[in-house]
Amino acid sequence: MSSSVSITLTQCSRTFAGGNTALQPLDLHVEAGETLVLLGPSGCGKTTTLRIISGLESPDKGGRVQFGKRDVTALPIEKRDVGMVFQNYALFPNMSVADNIAYGLKIQRLPRAEIEQRLDDVMRMVDLQGFGERRIDALSGGQRQRVALARAIAVRPKVLLFDEPLAALDAKLRDRLRIEIGQLLRELGTTAVYVTHDQDEAMALGDRIAVMQAGRIAQLGSPQEIYHQPANAFVADFIGAVNCLEVITTRADGGLAVHGGELVAPHLTGVSTVYCRPEDIQVVPAAQADIRGKVVQSIFLGQTQRLMVDTGGAAPLQVEASSRQRYSHDAIISLALPAHVLFHPDRPTPSVRTQEVVNG
Amino acid sequence: MKSRLRFTLQLSFTLLVCLFMIVPVAMSVVAGLTENYFLGLESGLTLRWVNEVWQLYADTILLSIQLALACLLITVVIGVPAAYGLLRSRRRWANAIEELLLLPVAVPGLATALALLLAYGSYREFRSSWLFILVGHVLFTLPFMVRAVLAVMQTAKLPQLEEAAASLGANFRQRFFGVVIPNSMSGILAGALMVVTLSIGEFNITWMLHTPLTKTLPVGLADSYASMRLEVGSAYTLIFLVMVVPLLVAIQWAGKLTRRH
Amino acid sequence: MTAASRQPSGAASYLRQRPGGSGHALRLYLPALLTLLPALVIFCAFWLLPFSRLIVMGAEADRSSGISAYLTILTHRQYLISLANTIGISLIVSFTAVAIAGIAGFFLARHHFFGKSVLVAILTFPLAFPGVVVGFLVIMLGGRQGALAQTSLWLFGERWMFAYSLAGLFIGYLYFSIPRVITTVMAACDNLDRSLEEAARSLGANTWQVTKDVIVPGIAPALLSTGAICFATSMGAFGTAFTLGTRLSILPLNIYGEFTNYANFAMAAALSVVLGVITWLALSLASRLAGGNLGASA
Repeated sequence: MSSSVSITLTQCSRTFAGGNTALQPLDLHVEAGETLVLLGPSGCGKTTTLRIISGLESPDKGGRVQFGKRDVTALPIEKRDVGMVFQNYALFPNMSVADNIAYGLKIQRLPRAEIEQRLDDVMRMVDLQGFGERRIDALSGGQRQRVALARAIAVRPKVLLFDEPLAALDAKLRDRLRIEIGQLLRELGTTAVYVTHDQDEAMALGDRIAVMQAGRIAQLGSPQEIYHQPANAFVADFIGAVNCLEVITTRADGGLAVHGGELVAPHLTGVSTVYCRPEDIQVVPAAQADIRGKVVQSIFLGQTQRLMVDTGGAAPLQVEASSRQRYSHDAIISLALPAHVLFHPDRPTPSVRTQEVVNG
Repeated sequence: MKSRLRFTLQLSFTLLVCLFMIVPVAMSVVAGLTENYFLGLESGLTLRWVNEVWQLYADTILLSIQLALACLLITVVIGVPAAYGLLRSRRRWANAIEELLLLPVAVPGLATALALLLAYGSYREFRSSWLFILVGHVLFTLPFMVRAVLAVMQTAKLPQLEEAAASLGANFRQRFFGVVIPNSMSGILAGALMVVTLSIGEFNITWMLHTPLTKTLPVGLADSYASMRLEVGSAYTLIFLVMVVPLLVAIQWAGKLTRRH
Repeated sequence: MTAASRQPSGAASYLRQRPGGSGHALRLYLPALLTLLPALVIFCAFWLLPFSRLIVMGAEADRSSGISAYLTILTHRQYLISLANTIGISLIVSFTAVAIAGIAGFFLARHHFFGKSVLVAILTFPLAFPGVVVGFLVIMLGGRQGALAQTSLWLFGERWMFAYSLAGLFIGYLYFSIPRVITTVMAACDNLDRSLEEAARSLGANTWQVTKDVIVPGIAPALLSTGAICFATSMGAFGTAFTLGTRLSILPLNIYGEFTNYANFAMAAALSVVLGVITWLALSLASRLAGGNLGASA
C-alpha cells in the first residue's frame, strides 16, 4: 500500500550521560517490506536501537542511519516519516478517537476529504468502525492499542516502529492482537521494526529476529534458525528451554558418554557440552534408551507435562512429554536423544542452512 | 539554530524573573548591614542595626519562637491521631473532615481572627495572653500537619502493617505507638517543619489578635516598617530571613525523604 | 515439590481461625473515631462556632445604614467598588503570574544546566514571606528611596515611584504569587507523559504544534488550579496592602477599618464572610481541578 524503504544502521552506538553504554557499535540492515523483531531481556539495547531508528535518539559520533539510500542521521523524528506505536499507547487524552488518528494527517495539511477517506480506511483496517467520536478514557486497553496502531498507519509512513506495544495487555488479549498485528503488517507491506521481550511474539511476527544482549546482537536470523540453530549459549538459553549435557568422555567410535548414558552425535565430536530441547527428547521403552534417569518432579502444564529427570548430572534434564502418562516420584525413565536433535552453538547442524551471525 | 535562540530567550526571561525576586531581598539584606543606606556600601558594614533590633524587638523574636514550638507541640499531639483517624475512616467522612479542617486556611486570616475576637474577646485574661494568638496559629497550621502525616501514612500501607501486628497479639495502644508512629515519622517531620515555618511567618491572623504585650516577629516587622529607619527594618527582615530560610531548605530536604518512601 | 497443597501458615491462618470478622474490624474502628476527637473539638470550639456567630452577626444592622450589613454591601457603592477592586486586581495578578511563571517554570522543568537549582531556589523561597515582608520589599524596589527612585534620580533627576499606588500593590501580589505558580508548573511538567510528545513528533508535529496540542492541554488543569489559588491568596492578602499603606479600597483593608476604626462589627463580620465565601469557592475550584496543595496566606 505504501512505499517502503530499507533501513541501514552503520556503526551506531549509544552511551548515556551517566556512563551507561546501552548500545555497542551496531551494524544492521532491514530489507524493504520486512518485519524485523528486536528481542532480548530488559537492558539489552533493543529499545535504544528502535529510538535511534526513529530519530528520538541520535547515535554517538560515527554512527549512521539510512532509509534506503538517504542518510537520515541528522533528521529529527518529525522529519523522518515514520509511524510509531508506543507501549502505553500515548494517545492524546484531550482528543477523540478520530482526532487522534487524524492528527498526523492534519499536521500534513491534507485536504478534508482525504482525511475523512483515510480515517475510514484505517479504522476499518483495525476494526474500530463507529468509534470515531468516543473519548479515549472510555476505551479498553485493546481498543486503545488499536487506535494507536491506526494513528501510526494513517500517515502512510515509510517505516513502522513498535515499542513493546502489547506488554501492557493481559495474555488472552495479547494473543489476539498479535495475530491481528501480524495480518496487518502482511497486508501493508511496510518495513517494520518491532521490539519485544516476549519470544512467542517475536517468532510469530518476525520475518527475521535479532536477539540482543548487553548492547550487541547475539544472533540475527529467521525464527527457525534462531530456535533450531542458536549461535551461542545465550541465544540457546534465552529462546525456549534448553538442556545442557556435560560430555564426560568421547569414545573411540564417536559416542559421547554423558551422565545417565551415551549419545551418538558424529557432528559434535570434540565438544564438552551437548545441547538439546526438552520437546525433542522422547520417552521410550528401556531397550531403545540412550539415557536413563529418575523422575524427581513432574509439572502439569495442561497440554504437556514437564518432567525433571535426574541423570546424575549437575542439573536435572527437562523433558517435555504428553500429559496423559503419569510418572510417579522416583520412577526410572528411559529417554531417547537422536543425533539430529543434539546441537552445539559452534557446530553447524547437518541438513540445514548455515546460520547468520552478526556482531556476535 | 532556532532552538538555541529559543533557549536563550527563555533563559533571559527566567533570569529577569529571578532578578525581580532577589534584588529587593539583596537590597534589604545590604541595607540592614550598612552604616547608612543612602551612602550605600561605602559607609561600611556594621552590625549595629542588628543589635538595635535585638534591643528593641528581642521579645517579639522570642515570642514567635515560643509560639512556633507550642504550636508544633499541640499540632503533633492532636494532629497525628487525627491523621490516623482519617486514615481509618470511611472515604466520605475523611474527605469531609479534611475539608472542614482546611476552612481556616481557605478563609482569609482576617475572618478567622475576627470570629475569634467576637466570640472570645470578652474573656479578658484569655484575650490578653499569648494563648489567644496560639489558638489562631493552631487553627491555621493543623491541616498542614494532618495532611503531611496522612500522606505518609497512606503510602506506608499502615492498615496492612497493623493487621500483621494485631495478628501477633498487639492491642491498639501497642500498635499505635509501636507501628503507626514510627512509620509516620517522615510525615511528622515534614509537617513539623511546615508548622514551624508557617507559625513564624503568620501575620494576618496575628495582627488582629495581638496586644502591645504579645507581639510576634511579623507584627514587630510591620511596626518597624512604619516607624523605624529603613536600616532597622532591613536588619529586622534579615533576622527573619535567617530564621526562615534554613527551615525552607529543611522542608525541601524532608520532602525528598517522604518521596522516597 | 508435589502438587499437594500446603496448610496456610502464619497470620493468614490466625485470621481464618478467629470468629466474627466484622467484630475484629469494629475493634479498630472505635479508637479511630476517638483519635479524631481532640482535633474536632478544638476546631468546633475555636472556629466553627465563632464563624457561625460571625455569619449571623453579618445579618445584623450596619452602624451607618441601619439595614442588614449584607444588604448594605450589595446596595452601597463604596462596598461594591471595594469588592470590584479586590476581585479585579486578584484576577489580573492571577493571569499575569500564571503567564510569567508558566513560561519560566516550563523552561526550568525541561532544561538542565549549571546553576539551575540556584535559580529554582531563588524563585521558590519567597513562598514563606509574610505579606508584610513582601510589602517592605516592594518599598525597597519602588518606594521613595527604592531602587527605581534612585536609578531614575541618577538618570533623569527625578524620583520615580510605584510602591504606594495600585502598581505597587500589583507588584507585591505578583511577588508572592510567582513562587506558588512556579512550583506547581514545574511539578506538572515533570508529571507530563513524555511519550505523548514523542508520539506527536512521530506524526510530524514541530515544537510549536507539540506545545499547543500536547503540552498546554496537559498542564492546563494545573495552571487553572494554581491560578485559582493565586486568586484566593490575593483576595485575602492583608499584610502587603497594610505595609504599603495603600489608600486603595480593597476588602481586607475595609474589614480592618470597619472593625478597628469604626467598631462597626456587623459590617466587618459581613465583609469577612463575603470574602471568606469567595476565597473558599476559588479554592474548592482549584482542588477540583487538581489534587492541590494549599500555600500559606499572605
